[in-house]
Amino acid sequence: MAQIIIQTINGLVNGMVLAMVASGLTLIFGIMDIVNFAHGDLLMLGAFVGATVLTVTGNFWLALLAAAIVIAALGVLLQVTTLRPLIGRDPLTTILATFGVSLVLQKYALWQWGPSVRQISEPVPGHFTLFYLEYPWYRVATALLAGLIIGALWLFLKYGKYGIWIRATTQDRVMAQAMGIPVPLVHTAVFAIGSAMAAASGVLFGPFGGVTQTMGFDFTLRAFIVVVVGGMGNLGGSILASIFVSLLEAYAALVVSPAQAVIASFVVLVLTMLFRPTGLFVPTPK
Amino acid sequence: MTTAPAARRTPSAVGYRIGLTVVLALLALAPLVLPPFWQRFVTEILIWGLLAMSSDILIGYTGMVSFGHSAFFGLGMYGAAAALLTVKPPDLWLAGLYGLVGAGVVAAFVAYFATRLRDIYFAISTLVFSQIFYVIIFTWTEVTGGENGLTFSQPRLSLLGLGSDRFTPVTLHWFVLAVVTLSYLLIRRILQSPFGKVLESIRENEARTRAIGYHIERYKIVAVMLSGLCAGLAGVLYAIQNKFAAPDFVFFTVSGEVVIFNVMGGMGTLVGPFAGAAFFLLLREGLSRFLTEYYLIPLGMIFVAIVIFLPQGLLGFLRRRLNQ
Repeated sequence: MAQIIIQTINGLVNGMVLAMVASGLTLIFGIMDIVNFAHGDLLMLGAFVGATVLTVTGNFWLALLAAAIVIAALGVLLQVTTLRPLIGRDPLTTILATFGVSLVLQKYALWQWGPSVRQISEPVPGHFTLFYLEYPWYRVATALLAGLIIGALWLFLKYGKYGIWIRATTQDRVMAQAMGIPVPLVHTAVFAIGSAMAAASGVLFGPFGGVTQTMGFDFTLRAFIVVVVGGMGNLGGSILASIFVSLLEAYAALVVSPAQAVIASFVVLVLTMLFRPTGLFVPTPK
Repeated sequence: MTTAPAARRTPSAVGYRIGLTVVLALLALAPLVLPPFWQRFVTEILIWGLLAMSSDILIGYTGMVSFGHSAFFGLGMYGAAAALLTVKPPDLWLAGLYGLVGAGVVAAFVAYFATRLRDIYFAISTLVFSQIFYVIIFTWTEVTGGENGLTFSQPRLSLLGLGSDRFTPVTLHWFVLAVVTLSYLLIRRILQSPFGKVLESIRENEARTRAIGYHIERYKIVAVMLSGLCAGLAGVLYAIQNKFAAPDFVFFTVSGEVVIFNVMGGMGTLVGPFAGAAFFLLLREGLSRFLTEYYLIPLGMIFVAIVIFLPQGLLGFLRRRLNQ
């Protein structure tokens, strides 16, 4: 019983971080039909930038902010140089292009920061007793902070002027253009926001498992799973799916080894694609 | 006027045959003149090219991008390993059979589920399936050797009724060349048949093909099976050449490289993937001499540039001629 409760909390915390990663990915997919294979690598680079700024300044929150800004700028650069020329082509070519980008980013990180694991120390000290465990407060704080950031994104999309531009472009690109919305600029901005979210989640996740240059692929795969399970381009769906999948993996880890627990989320993905290809958490389309 | 197309087709068909003969002759002579390192290199290009060609059946002809070919390739390797480790004395043809059965079972599984999905969903589901097999192979240490993989001795080259002999680098190269050439001709023939034309029509317009009355799911399942078996064959050849099977070859990196070979060489040409593999492996060889493992930084940039500026690939300009 104690184990189940511990795993529930673990699942919720991991789910909130994953939700942050996935919301960036789903935003990018929803607006540009781009399946961003490099999303996890942007996260990884963000975590490395954060770790570097942290060692220089010693301030975690400054590191978080700096990582988000640097990676957002990188996102702008990537979007303008590699993705803008592909607008109007088959969405599959964007997978290929971002896959190439992910290779470059991963090896760049290896070159810049080396193969060893970087540790990011927890900014929120202290533990509380959870049954037989000393559970760090930082994990709880991370989940709350991720929730706050996602909430802020939602409010921005719902009420902000530029948020409304983004939603309009998602719904109908041509009509948005006709109404005077600078669609290419919106695309670039959305890619930058998605990249910044990825970088921020990388820094937040850093204290959990350390930062390595191979962590990106794992996150890309998980974010793909969550985004498809939640319904492509559906923000609320992918957040629910993140928590659902993370909880499921946490419970599966009670029975099998954590490496095998990943299969649980793979199975959820396959079942979803077969039986509800529009997503688990959306109303059945008419 | 009516005879013009036929008259125009003949010379280039002759050109294709001459070209194929010349390339095959050069490949057959290659191991006799090249130093040992490059002998092995050319054999490897052929094996990776076969794997990439198997993926071309899906990417180039049916319009389905598979990010999971490592699963078929890896199961081919492990199937061959199973035959070579359990059956005494190790038999070449049995290794091939086990490898094809292994890859075929996985391909049937993937085909049954993944072909119901289209476009990016197909790509993601093949990726996820291959990772499932990777996790199973990586964690099932008692059977698969886990992270260390399996090592075994090389089988003897035995041709039915002609006795048997140990593989030398040269005979191994000829054996691989023969298998690859036969596979290429067989797949080319299949893709030129009415079946292949239905696959191409699925690529061009799936809804219309369905409306005409073709049961496209069946066609897609057969295409994935064919592709998986061919990839499994490449896995068997690789296992025989290198005398080991390792989980690294089931990992996504291999699938990614296969896609790169296709895009670089030219999708929908069957020969293009071989050119892509050769181009990639040569660049890797050249770049990694002074960049070590960072060779992927310039290679990744070249790849992105090809996606953007040369979507037909290096041999794309030959597509019409190669498919006659």
